Amino acid sequence: MKQISLALLAGALFGAGLALSGMADPAKVRGFLDIFGAWNPTLMFVMGGALMPMGVAWRIQAKLRAPLAAERFNLPDTTKLDARLIGGAVLFGIGWGVAGLCPGPAITDLALAPRAAFVFVLAMLAGMAAFKFTSPRQPTARNLTADWGGRKDER
Amino acid sequence: MPLSWLFGLLGGLMIGTAAALMLLGLGRIAGVSGLAARATGLADAGPPHTLAMAFILGLPLGGWLMARAMGGVSLSIPSTATLVVGGLLVGFGTRLGSGCTSGHGVCGMSRFSRRSILATVIFMASGIATVAFMRMAGL
Repeated sequence: MKQISLALLAGALFGAGLALSGMADPAKVRGFLDIFGAWNPTLMFVMGGALMPMGVAWRIQAKLRAPLAAERFNLPDTTKLDARLIGGAVLFGIGWGVAGLCPGPAITDLALAPRAAFVFVLAMLAGMAAFKFTSPRQPTARNLTADWGGRKDER
Repeated sequence: MPLSWLFGLLGGLMIGTAAALMLLGLGRIAGVSGLAARATGLADAGPPHTLAMAFILGLPLGGWLMARAMGGVSLSIPSTATLVVGGLLVGFGTRLGSGCTSGHGVCGMSRFSRRSILATVIFMASGIATVAFMRMAGL
């Protein structure tokens, strides 16, 4: 129960930050990516602001044996720079540029612009499902270890 | 808005603090694409279902509370066609590339992960190229 509340709190803080920062607005995000046109650099501050607490958090993490409210750290240990990583980032970037939404803001916008966000999130889940059903199944014995996307690379 | 950079910075600090809570409290990466896939049963690996679900439900809840506190936030909504095309590519791409702006961008880059730095440089470049192309094509 403590873990669930903490995850809910983290999600709510994350969503509130997205709404405050302007990242929830697709037009602002597209303006940020429009460096050859009407560039709006504001969102640099969002990334900069987000990296600061996390930079500190990783230093603390290095000194901890276990997280404060869980048994162990489940962190990605993959270091491969492979075609999957590159191809995935290219496709994600195209989708991000087309709609001005990435997963966090899209899900947050379910409360702010429900109709549009619902369309995007449904399409996003369809894209995730398409990946799941076209890629080889991952070994389930290592389910406890999460990758950035909650997925472990095959070995 | 003249203070938009300040809102950006404060919002960013909140996002980073939320990610730090996930890391130091639960030992997990706050990667929204992975958590969304996990919450909807579309990922074979990752944190427990209920944990992913709680984080994902928190996003619109926090967004709603902040919008209320600010007296509303203005959003300009793109066309349905771009939402569908963008959503499909974002969904497939983030699973293939194991992360999005939060997992690779915020959590991975601050860890100095080579994978995440490369992924972030690539999806930024690809997003910039896409917007530039659409501008040229008059889309």
